[in-house]
Amino acid sequence: MNELEDKLGEVARKHLGARGVVGLKRMTAGATQEVWRFELDEAGGPTPVILRRAPGGTRVSETAIGLETEAQLLEAAEAVGVPVPAVRHVLEPEDGLGHGFLMSFVEGETLGGRIVKSQELAPARAFLARQCGEILARLHTMDPAAFPQLRRSTPAELVAQYKAVYAASEWPRPVFDLTFRWLEANCPPAPEHVRLVHGDFRNGNLMIGPDGVRAVLDWEIAHVGDPMEDLGWICTSAWRFGAIDKPVGGFGQREDLWAGYEAAGGAPVKREHAHWWEVYGSMRWGVMCAGMTAAFRGADPSVERAVIARRTSENELDLLRLLAN
Amino acid sequence: MQDQPTPSEVIGAVAAFLKTVVTAETSGATSFQARVAANALEMMRRQLDLAPAADAAEQERLTGLLGHDGDLLALNAELSRRIAAGEMDLTTPGLSDHLWTTTLAKLAVDQPTYAAYRASLAERG
Repeated sequence: MNELEDKLGEVARKHLGARGVVGLKRMTAGATQEVWRFELDEAGGPTPVILRRAPGGTRVSETAIGLETEAQLLEAAEAVGVPVPAVRHVLEPEDGLGHGFLMSFVEGETLGGRIVKSQELAPARAFLARQCGEILARLHTMDPAAFPQLRRSTPAELVAQYKAVYAASEWPRPVFDLTFRWLEANCPPAPEHVRLVHGDFRNGNLMIGPDGVRAVLDWEIAHVGDPMEDLGWICTSAWRFGAIDKPVGGFGQREDLWAGYEAAGGAPVKREHAHWWEVYGSMRWGVMCAGMTAAFRGADPSVERAVIARRTSENELDLLRLLAN
Repeated sequence: MQDQPTPSEVIGAVAAFLKTVVTAETSGATSFQARVAANALEMMRRQLDLAPAADAAEQERLTGLLGHDGDLLALNAELSRRIAAGEMDLTTPGLSDHLWTTTLAKLAVDQPTYAAYRASLAERG
C-alpha cells in the first residue's frame, strides 16, 4: 500500500500538477479490477480521484476489454455528451503501476436498491427513464470504427455463445432450454448499422443524483453490435430491485425510455425487438449466475459467489413470466 | 436415528448468531459478509425443510410427463434434452404447469422475498 501511494504520488506530481496524494483507500477487491480512491493534494484543496487498475497491476482478465480501452471509451463517450467520469491519466509503463487509469470521482448513488427507494432521488425517478433513453441515443453515436479491438457479434451469435456456456455447465435447466428455443425462433436479424454497445447499461452502473444521471460507469464489457441490446438490458427484471412495475431499472416506464431515445436521435424502437432483448437479458443474467457455481468450486470459493449462483432461479421465474404467463 | 436438535434448527441458530452478534461486532466488509453468510445459511435451512416434499412432487410430475420413472437429475436432463430438440414445448399438456410449479418451489428456497415471486404467487393463487 505504501509503495502504491508513493508511486501514485509521483504520477500526481509528474502528470497532474499536484503536490502528491493523500488518503489512499481501497474501494473494491473485484476479480477483474481493483478500484482505489484517494485525494490529489492540490493548491486549491484536495480533489478526489479514482484509480482503476488490473489486480496487482498485472493480471488481465480474458473477457474484459482492457483498461486502456476502457479509458479510451470514456473519452469518446464524453466527446458525444454521455456523462462519464473524466479520465485524468492513463498509466504508462514508467509509472510502475501496471495497467489502469485515473479518473475523476463523481459523487452520487450507484446502489440500485437505494435508487429505486430513496426519498431524495424521488424527483429524479420522474425523468430518469427518459434521460436514460437520451443518453443511450448519444452513446450509440460513438464510432465503432474507432474501436477495432472490441468484440463484434450479431444477436444470433450472442445467443449461440450463451447457449454454449449453458451447455458447458452440464446442469439441466428446462426453462433455459425453452428460452433458447424461443430466442432462436424470434431472433432479430443482424442490425443494418452496428453501433457501439455499452453492454452493462443498467441500474447499478449509473451514478445518480437528485439532478439525474451524473455518470455512466463500468464500460468493461462494451462491444459492437445491435444498439437495442442496451435498451433491453436496462429493462431486464434483475435490475428492478423489487420495483417490478417500473421496468426501466425499477424507476420508470419503457415508453419513456423509448421516447427519450427516439427524440434524441436514436433509431425507431421496434417493440418486438425490445421485448426480445429483455428476454435475452434474463437469459444472459441467468446463465451468468449459473456460471458462478463453477467459479465457486474453482477460483473463488466465497459465500457471496455461492449465493449469486443461487440467484439463477430468479431469472428462470422472470423468463416464465415473459414467455409462459 | 440421529439426535435432536435437527440440522435445520442448529443452522437457524447459527444464522441468527451471525446476523445479530457478528454483524454488530464487526464492520465494513466483514460485517457485510457475515450478513451474506447468515442469508446463505437460512437458504440452506429452507432447502432442508422444503426440498424433500418438493423434489418428490417434481419427480412424480416428470414421471407423468416423460412416461417413465428415474432419478430426479436424469429425468430433468431428459426433459431438458427433449425441449431443446423441439419435441416438447409450451403446448405439451402439463409442461407449463410443471415448469411453473418447479420454478416456484426453487424460489421458495432460494429467494422467497423476490418481488416477482411474490407477484406470481398472488397472480397464480
